[in-house]
Amino acid sequence: MTDISQSAAVPGTAPQRPAATLSARLARWLPRLVMAPSFLVVLIGVYLFIAWTLWISLSSSAMLPRYDFVGLEQYVRLWNTPRWHTAVINLFLFTGLFLGVTIALGLLMAILLDQNIRAEGVLRTVYLYPMALSFIVTGTAWKWVLNPELGVEKVVQSWGWDTFAFDWITRPETAIYCVVIAAVWQSTGFAMAIFLAGLRGIDSSIIKAAQIEGASLPRIYASIIVPLLRPAFLSVIVLLSYISIKSFDLVLALTNAGPGGSTEMPSTFMFAYTFQRNQMGVGAASAIMMLMTVAAIIIPYLYSELREDTHGH
Amino acid sequence: MATLDINRVRKAYGNLEVLKEVNISVGDGEFLVLLGPSGCGKSTLLNIIAGLEDITGGEVLIGNRVVNDLPPKDRDIAMVFQSYALYPTMTVRQNIEFGMKIRGIPAEERAKATNAAAEMLQMTGLLDRKPSQLSGGQRQRVAMGRAIVRHPDLFLFDEPLSNLDAKLRVDMRTEIKRLHQRLGTTIVYVTHDQIEAMTLATKVAVMKGGVVQHFGPPQEVYDRPANTYVARFVGSPAMNIIPGRLLASDGVPTVAFDTPQGEAVVRGVPLSAETAHRFAGRDVLVGIRPEHFGLDPCGTVPVGVDVVEPTGPDTLIVFAAGGTEVVARLEPFDAQVGRQERFSVKAEKVVLFDPATETRLD
Ligand SMILES: Nc1ncnc2c1ncn2[C@@H]1O[C@H](COP(=O)(O)OP(=O)(O)O)[C@@H](O)[C@H]1O
Ligand SMILES: [Mg+2]
Repeated sequence: MTDISQSAAVPGTAPQRPAATLSARLARWLPRLVMAPSFLVVLIGVYLFIAWTLWISLSSSAMLPRYDFVGLEQYVRLWNTPRWHTAVINLFLFTGLFLGVTIALGLLMAILLDQNIRAEGVLRTVYLYPMALSFIVTGTAWKWVLNPELGVEKVVQSWGWDTFAFDWITRPETAIYCVVIAAVWQSTGFAMAIFLAGLRGIDSSIIKAAQIEGASLPRIYASIIVPLLRPAFLSVIVLLSYISIKSFDLVLALTNAGPGGSTEMPSTFMFAYTFQRNQMGVGAASAIMMLMTVAAIIIPYLYSELREDTHGH
Repeated sequence: MATLDINRVRKAYGNLEVLKEVNISVGDGEFLVLLGPSGCGKSTLLNIIAGLEDITGGEVLIGNRVVNDLPPKDRDIAMVFQSYALYPTMTVRQNIEFGMKIRGIPAEERAKATNAAAEMLQMTGLLDRKPSQLSGGQRQRVAMGRAIVRHPDLFLFDEPLSNLDAKLRVDMRTEIKRLHQRLGTTIVYVTHDQIEAMTLATKVAVMKGGVVQHFGPPQEVYDRPANTYVARFVGSPAMNIIPGRLLASDGVPTVAFDTPQGEAVVRGVPLSAETAHRFAGRDVLVGIRPEHFGLDPCGTVPVGVDVVEPTGPDTLIVFAAGGTEVVARLEPFDAQVGRQERFSVKAEKVVLFDPATETRLD
């Protein structure tokens, strides 16, 4: 009824109408059709398996999944496992050191590179290159470098300093620092690149103004430039935290969680318990613990980012 | 407060000469405007005065003291930038107090100075805001407040108004002029806007390609421009430069140029006897400002009206003369396109230029 009266009121639009609705319908459905497969894959591959893992963590599954319900029993067992305690302590130690050192070095390098030095392009590529390597490669390479029989210790001793010792990787109380060294080496260039981009976005007349007011260079950086890098800091912290929580391959390649389980991390723990030690329920519980930790970091970050977006900044 | 002397200053970036032998000298309390098109080296010169760029050759003296090797903070200057250069993470108050804090001024004194500056610039209500919450004009005020509390010997402004809209620009221009009258501090001000230069300056340096074309008081620059470049750059509509000739002298220097309606003759142009003798019978460029034409039935310039542009207070008439377009600014009258009129010229205001060098003939 309304259709007829409308097309009568606007003659000339009526004949084009079927074609227009067809293409309009196509335009509306095409994006959905294209997105559908990836949406499905994400739905199944991520969210379905999160749900499944959650279920397993609440069941009595051991070697094979068992779909019963035992409440938080697996979580109690998890938190009574000394090896999990080591993993959690290592995670905090590793994350703290890894973030602190990577951010400090990355910021320092970005500031130095920002002083208009020659060959900046080459240096930037050199520093960024490790990021392109897989953690497996990094881990393997550093395993050799840190190995007392093959690497640094051997080389320095062959130069004539016989008593030189650098055997951290073989000692349980220091092996975790070797993981930190390798991870820092891999990620510093990335942190530097983000900080450098932030520095390049700063209006140079702001720095000139501060210079004229008599601020020293360190003061200018501390009071003006570093506060301006807040968004860069946020990005680096979130991304590095995420890297450190899932730092599975690096530990596996470098120390294989050894010596004596001293470099166990939640990720290696989860892998070992789920697939090697036939304690699938405990493994699933540890996976859920990791998920919650990541969520605790990512959700506030996303929230603050989205809030700034709606404020129009 | 201080004098400023720029002696044979040169600046090169590699092989690119940006400033070539710049000489400028202004007394205490003067308002120097560096005027020129984009890329002529104005900001470079200002940055050299500030100490933000090092100098390739020559000397800069502030208050009779050579400052070539002094860092910016020891030159006793304050600078206002085109982009305002406010510290984005600090409030307005922190922005203004930052420099004083660095100089170790106690908190009470800082607050007093900040409040005084805020009152002077009418921004007391803005002190707790961040720069991102301010409009362009308000940011400009903050930048000026930050400069004022320094009590410098020399204020430097780099195109401070060019990011503002037209109306605000006029208001802020007045404000800067008032500031200068009130503080009496020597100011160096960079702009590409000749009206800003004319309204603010006590001395103007017109620059082009790293060379000062004319340095003098604004009225002199306007009345007796050193060359055709300056003549065309200062004034709107620009000075008419009409190819003509100097007639054989009978004691009163007289120029003539052609219009499609006949020969125009202007008697009694300012020219020394010596130059008049040297150029007698030769081609010259005749410079006449639009407002120096007048409607006059007995005038010596016959014109055919090509275009009529009423602006309100006056009417612009475009006509042909000496093979170029000429603009006259006249009191409003019943102008008709295509009609013939006769104009007179204020002969004593005419400026002659050498066609070969385009420099002024005296
Ligand atoms: N750091 C630099 N390196 C090379 N050339 C520069 C540099 N800074 C300015 N220039 C050049 O110097 C000239 C004058 O620049 P500037 O003083 O900024 O001009 P203005 O302020 O009059 O627009 C321009 O041609 C510009 O390209
Ligand atoms: Mg400039």
